Amino acid sequence: MKVVVFCKSVPDTETRVKLKDNRLDKSEIKYILNPYDEFAVEEAVRMKEAGKVDEVVAISMGPERAREALRSALAIGADRGILIKDDVLDGSDTYVTAKVLVKALEKDGAEYGMLLFGQQAIDGDTWHVPGQVAEMLGLPQAGSIIKLEVDPDAGKAVANRLVEGGEEVHEMSLPCVVTCRKGLNEPRYPSLPNIMKAKRKPIQDYSIADLDLSPEEVGKAGSFTEVLSYSLPPKKEAGRKVEGEPEEVVQALVKFLKEEIKVI
Amino acid sequence: MIKGVDFMIMEEFLAEEEKIIRDTTRKFVEKEVLPIIGDHYDKGTFPTELIPKIAQLGLLGITTPPEYGGAGASYFSYGLACQELEWCDSGLRSLVSVQNSLCMYPIYTYGSEEQKEKYLPKMCTGETIGCFGLTEPDAGSDPASMRTTAKKVDGGWVLNGNKIWITNAPIAQIAVVWAKTEEGVRGFIVERDTPGFETPEIKKKMSLRFSPTGEIVLEDCFVPDENLLPGSTVGMKAPFSCLNRARYGIAWGAVGAAAFCFEKALNYTKDRVQFGKPLASFQLVQRDLADMFTEVTKCQLLVYRLGRLFDEGRASHVMVSMAKKTCTMTAAQVARKARELLGGNGVSLEYHVIRHLCNMETTTTYEGTDKIHSLIIGRYLTGINAFR
Repeated sequence: MKVVVFCKSVPDTETRVKLKDNRLDKSEIKYILNPYDEFAVEEAVRMKEAGKVDEVVAISMGPERAREALRSALAIGADRGILIKDDVLDGSDTYVTAKVLVKALEKDGAEYGMLLFGQQAIDGDTWHVPGQVAEMLGLPQAGSIIKLEVDPDAGKAVANRLVEGGEEVHEMSLPCVVTCRKGLNEPRYPSLPNIMKAKRKPIQDYSIADLDLSPEEVGKAGSFTEVLSYSLPPKKEAGRKVEGEPEEVVQALVKFLKEEIKVI
Repeated sequence: MIKGVDFMIMEEFLAEEEKIIRDTTRKFVEKEVLPIIGDHYDKGTFPTELIPKIAQLGLLGITTPPEYGGAGASYFSYGLACQELEWCDSGLRSLVSVQNSLCMYPIYTYGSEEQKEKYLPKMCTGETIGCFGLTEPDAGSDPASMRTTAKKVDGGWVLNGNKIWITNAPIAQIAVVWAKTEEGVRGFIVERDTPGFETPEIKKKMSLRFSPTGEIVLEDCFVPDENLLPGSTVGMKAPFSCLNRARYGIAWGAVGAAAFCFEKALNYTKDRVQFGKPLASFQLVQRDLADMFTEVTKCQLLVYRLGRLFDEGRASHVMVSMAKKTCTMTAAQVARKARELLGGNGVSLEYHVIRHLCNMETTTTYEGTDKIHSLIIGRYLTGINAFR
């Protein structure tokens, strides 16, 4: 059974976001594999190590730097990569992204048993793409899972989702879509020997033409949504410290809650 | 090139695997070591349970070929790993440097096939930790004046002498020991359980407190013939070739320590408010920050270029001397400045910079003092040997 993990190249978590000409200023940004995708790659590689999966394919749509995210997935243990890269993809929204990914899946051959995603990407943070891909393919899906059991012979998977006050258990037929979050596993540190081996693992490049898509179907032209403007969140103001005897502090705090921010 | 400090945008000159090696090493030390290091430094202890984790990452045997269990990575990657390890702590980097450059390198380069197969795979997995015995109580900068002897006897050699300031000695299973034979200096692999081999720990050091340091005492220590490093020519060439690699790693490491201290000082002075405004808004502080930033950037450029030359086989030992000398001295100055900018907090282990500052007092001295490296550069420039 083949499983496919979807990988996104995103700004490092420590990035200080800056804007320039109403777009993100990307000049000083360093990119990493989306941390949520790491859970997905780790889970897929563990399934392979447990003998339940034959091949783990990592796939990414993005500019050239997305190759690094794929290489990270290969270093964790994915077998090969697919990079969909085309200048006309710039400005694609999540719908186009899902559409292109589905095309690439078809191109690679449809005999996959499971599609694994990170539940969200830490940059756009839309949570859209996994659900869209599942819908387009008509596959069952379980989002934000913390436990996964796969039985390829029986053709089913059982996934646990964390919900308020408990867990939901989903049984799905294969193929299915899952999105991964913290708690599912503890992603390994890729070892130096595996990082070196990943260098020699193949990454297949696809352009839009390779996927039988036209420029009008992708990018801004093919998107339903458009980003109108960017703005930074308001600057955090310095905190205020209330000092004094306990009675005074409590009085001051109650006064603040009642009169200034009026929450009680 | 190092997270947070890359003013000259050197990131774009790194290969994919180099970035992953750097980022993985950083993530590892940030999560697994940084949270525990203050306590260990305070007590002067080293958590040996860390060794299997370091080994699993492939940090023991970075440049060792895969057929002996290593990663087969470049010296540039080795440099990046050293940088990230020392971003955390010089002692941690020292452990890895000694294993890679001072023990595995001589066994790989000067060892017999039997020695390579016997030792290298276990050194990669951390089952065998090595140490390197060159320095003696009366032979520091002038190692050729060593007093440790190796006397040929039937079937082997008998070693006698004392080695001092030996990183990893108390925890090592083997030692690569350099001793004088009748023909001159040769290298030997001495195993832990050899009668007459002792490694008393050196206590009371106020630097590299995370790194176990010891003596090596050799008393009529019999080493079989097969433990002589057969490829090492008589004389100081072989041990110096090891030191050259270790010094190379020290230069990279110092850049990591300097970058840590700079970033700490930058963030601290931006947050800390005095006289109604952040410390970073004062001109005197800004000059310090600008100087630190500039010096770290200069050292980055130096080790970057050196690393590429090293892998091309074009790095001379003089270049390595310059990098080792400059980067460690710079890191010491940057750490001192950071200590000052952090005020009272600067002396607390919780803020880490005092630890780096104390560590730098060793890195500017070990593996060739600042002055010795000046003389190496001086000899290159003038053609005049000022050593004797």
